[in-house]
Formats: sequence, C-alpha cells, structure tokens
Amino acid sequence: MSKTVTVPLHAVAHGRAGDKGNRSNISLVPYIADAFPYLHEQVTPARVMEVFRHKGATDVMRYDLPNLPAMNFVIDNALEGGVNSALTQDLHGKTLSFMLLGEIEVTVPTSCIPPGSRYLS
Amino acid sequence: MTVYIGSGAGFAGDRLDAGVAVVETLKDKDGPRYLIFEVMGERTLAIAQRIKMRNPELGYSPYLEPYLRNVLAACKQHDVTIVANLGNANPLGGAKRTHELAKELGIKGLRVAVVLGDDLLGFMGADEVASLPTIEGVNIDGKEIVAANAYLGARPVAEALKLGVDVVLVGRTTDAALVLGPLIHEYGWGTEDWDLLAAGTLAGHLLECGGQVTGGYFCDPGFKDVPGMDDLGFPIGEIEKDGTIVITKAANTGGLVTRATVIEQILYEVHDPSAYLTPDVSLNITEVRLEDDGKDRVRVTGARGAPPPETLKVTVSANGGWLAESEMIYAGPNALARARLAADVVRARVEKHGVTEPIRTDIIGTGAVFDNDASARERAKNMPMDGEYRLRAAIRTPDKATAQYVNDEVLSLFCSGPAGGGGYRCNITGQVNTASVLIDRGPVEAQAHAQEITP
Repeated sequence: MSKTVTVPLHAVAHGRAGDKGNRSNISLVPYIADAFPYLHEQVTPARVMEVFRHKGATDVMRYDLPNLPAMNFVIDNALEGGVNSALTQDLHGKTLSFMLLGEIEVTVPTSCIPPGSRYLS
Repeated sequence: MTVYIGSGAGFAGDRLDAGVAVVETLKDKDGPRYLIFEVMGERTLAIAQRIKMRNPELGYSPYLEPYLRNVLAACKQHDVTIVANLGNANPLGGAKRTHELAKELGIKGLRVAVVLGDDLLGFMGADEVASLPTIEGVNIDGKEIVAANAYLGARPVAEALKLGVDVVLVGRTTDAALVLGPLIHEYGWGTEDWDLLAAGTLAGHLLECGGQVTGGYFCDPGFKDVPGMDDLGFPIGEIEKDGTIVITKAANTGGLVTRATVIEQILYEVHDPSAYLTPDVSLNITEVRLEDDGKDRVRVTGARGAPPPETLKVTVSANGGWLAESEMIYAGPNALARARLAADVVRARVEKHGVTEPIRTDIIGTGAVFDNDASARERAKNMPMDGEYRLRAAIRTPDKATAQYVNDEVLSLFCSGPAGGGGYRCNITGQVNTASVLIDRGPVEAQAHAQEITP
C-alpha cells in the first residue's frame, strides 16, 4: 500500500453546490474511485456541519451513491436565508462547494490522489 | 430508432450562439431531433409577470428573440423541433413574437404551439393561493402576490408536439419536461412506465443546464482541466426506446463529456437521490450506472421510477422590498485596517440614523463569502495588513429611500472615512420573494392544455 498523506478534500475530490430555498446541496465526487471508502469514513455529516455551523446550518444529511461513486450532502439553513433574504454576495451559495473542499482534511493513501497533482509535490 | 435532443441554453443569460453548433450536429442525425432552451428561474417568472401587467403583449422571455434568431431558420430547414420555456409568463405573446421573427427571417410555414394552464392566477384568486400549504421560502400570507405558477409535467408538452408543430413554447413546466415531453411523444411511453419516465426525466435533468454537463461550471485549472471553454460545446442526449441515454456534445467544439462531468450534473440541485419528485415520476438515481462510450460520450442507465406525488409544486412570488449594495476599495500598507474601520464607521452611522434592518459588511479579499453576517471569521483570523481589500455593505429594506441612504453612507467615506478609499460602486435592486407551496394536481391538470397559435 502506498504512503498515507493528510490533505484538503480538494486534493482527492470535486463537487458542485446547488440551492433550494435556504438549503444547500453539495456533491462530493472522488477523482479516483478507490478513494470513496476513505471519504465515506472521514467526511461525516458531523464534520460537514462544523464547516457550515457559523452560517447558521442546523442539520446535515448525507446520501451515498457508491455506484457513481459520489456522496450528496444536504445542509439545512446553510444559505443565511437563501435568495429571499441573505445579505452575502453569493445568495445561492454557489461557492460553497469550494468551502467544503478547502476546509476539511482527509488522510488517504497517495494512490487516491491523481498522479501529477500539486498536492503530491 | 434514437431520439436526439440538444440543449441551446441552460439559463437566462447563457451563451446566445451555443445552439448553432448543436443544430449543425443534429441536422445530420438519423432520427427525430429536438433543441431545448431552458431559461426560467423562480424569480424570472415574477419579473416577467410584472412586465406583462404593464404591457400584456410582453412577459415572454426577453431572450426569446436573441436565442431563436440564431437557430430558427436552420431548425425549420432540417426538421429540428424547438421545445423551450421561452414563453415564461406569456407563451401566447411569445408565439406571436416567434411568428413575427419567422416573417422577418423569411421562414415560410412555421408552426408554433404553446402550453397553457400553469398560471394559477388565471383561474384562482390570490387569497386562495395564499392559503395553500408552504413547504419552503418566505411566509406569503398577507403579502402582495405577483405570480403563482404550478410546475406542469411532460404530458402537455407531448400533447403540443402531437399537433405537428415546429416550435413549442411553454411557461412553467419542470425543466426535465422539455426533454421527457419529446420522448413520450416519440416513444409513446405510458403514464405508468415508471422506469422509462424516470430515464427520460434523468435525461432532462442532465441536459437542462446546458454546458454544465459538458465541462462548463466544472473546470478547476490543474485539477479538472477543460479544453476550449471559449467555445464550449453544448450537450446532446441520444435516448433509446428502452431508456438508455448517451450524453455527448456538439461536434467540433470545446468542452468535454466524462463520467466526472456527468456525475456533477446528476447530483446538481438533487436532495434525496432516491426520490427526485416531478409531476411525471419520482426518480431514483441510486442505481444509476455510467459507462464510457468513446470520446465525449457517456452512457447512463439504471434510472428507476415510482409514482409521483398527488400534489404539484407551485412557485408563489411576492414583492420583497429592496436590496442595497455598495463597495469601496482600499489597497497598500495597512489596507485591511482601513477597510475594517470603514466598515465600522458605516455600521455606526446607519445604526445612529435609526435603521433597524440588519446590515452586513464584507471585506472582500478575506474570504468574505465563506464568512457570516457578523464577519466572525475575518475578525478572528490573522490576515495580512497589506494587499487589496474591498469593503462591501449590504442591506434589505422595505423602502427604496432607506436603501439609497445606506449606499450614500458608503459613498460619504470618500471625504469622511479612512484614508485612501476609492472605486465606489453601488446598486439598488427591487426584490422578489418566493415560496414553494403545494396544490392538488387534479384541478391544475384540468386547466393544462396545448394549443397551436397561428400567425
């Protein structure tokens, strides 16, 4: 097994954020399918909740799609009111996928990071 | 037989020329071919409704003409049927404008149909709408309702296509109905063919956002690279009678279709992946499988369907006051401290003036968009004092005068604020608040119908 490293999620996965009212959904997709079990074990709803708590988030649901593979996080009240009432620049929370990717670290074998990634140098 | 469905736009504001390359590819395909335009958001309808109140001829999408102008002649010539929600709050007005455009472009014999019945205010009182149960959004009780439109499904779209027209203009249907409608029409899928309706809905979900499935809104340089984004190819779905979908894109364009681009779009704006609810079917994507099918081709199978709910979702829009935003930039030594002081000055002035609505100040450049209304993270973080920081103030007010006052407070920083502020910009926009409510489907579906509109 390859060496293990601790890196931001951004090294291992990508995602996209969408909104419905004051609820955000963020997909999390490993670049390499073998990383899925590591993400599944380490990126728990509780850890995601910690990232969004200061924005007023109240609950995080995680849905698993091992076939794709991907996970879908649904974060209640993450959008500071959403399009109807938020004062932030990003009313839809479109940028929040990168907040998730930047603010959670995971420990994975280097084989779970795409070859040539800046995170490997 | 294969049905080919391309996308020309995934939102109001999408590239005007994207559909041209899609039609160029579709015209050589052997099978029924369609081009969809999806340009409606929750707020666009309310804005369009207001425009229609001032001028009953208008209220269709302001993008109707620019999008159709680029493709209408080629679509008519090559038998590519257009299905679009360019009708917005006024599909009838949109049909009239489409005929005028055809005349102007010298297109003979263009046939246009509309789908009507989504506008609840056409057959219900505003009071009755306000009493429907809210599932999401603002409390609409007591507010002045501007628009209330139910999400219709794909059946009335299929009904419109049965008329044999070249263009179908709808108002509020589900986005996926623009794709599922043609598939029901071509393949005769029944009302209880749940897995097929699910597959068609999934195809619609993948195509409705245009370039978002072909490398748009995807590229992260050095991590997820996308070639030719200045000429992004828009998607084409190739759908078989058994519900097998291949997602590909217009030929000789930039962008890419990979399993990764498809996965990001599959989960876009989805909550419970085992129950994505539409008026046609409850879609379950948990068993979906993706396979590479050559360059820029991904095969999608395994959508499962179940009966839809007995209710339809309705977007209700009400007037929502004003949003004021204003900005000032600080650069060079001690820039962050000067920007922070400017924020404090504006907050103190607005509070002293007696404005009770909450104000937000951001310092752009500190990760403000990840922060909260109280700038808790920025205050806690040890940020560099050098650099370039942009103060932004934002407030929502019921009246325009207060909105203007807050912007003026930021403007006054020029002579009365910290040293070296510049680059003032401001904006005041009228707001629409929306709520999602549920309504029994029976009475709405009794109103929903398709109709050909002649010149």
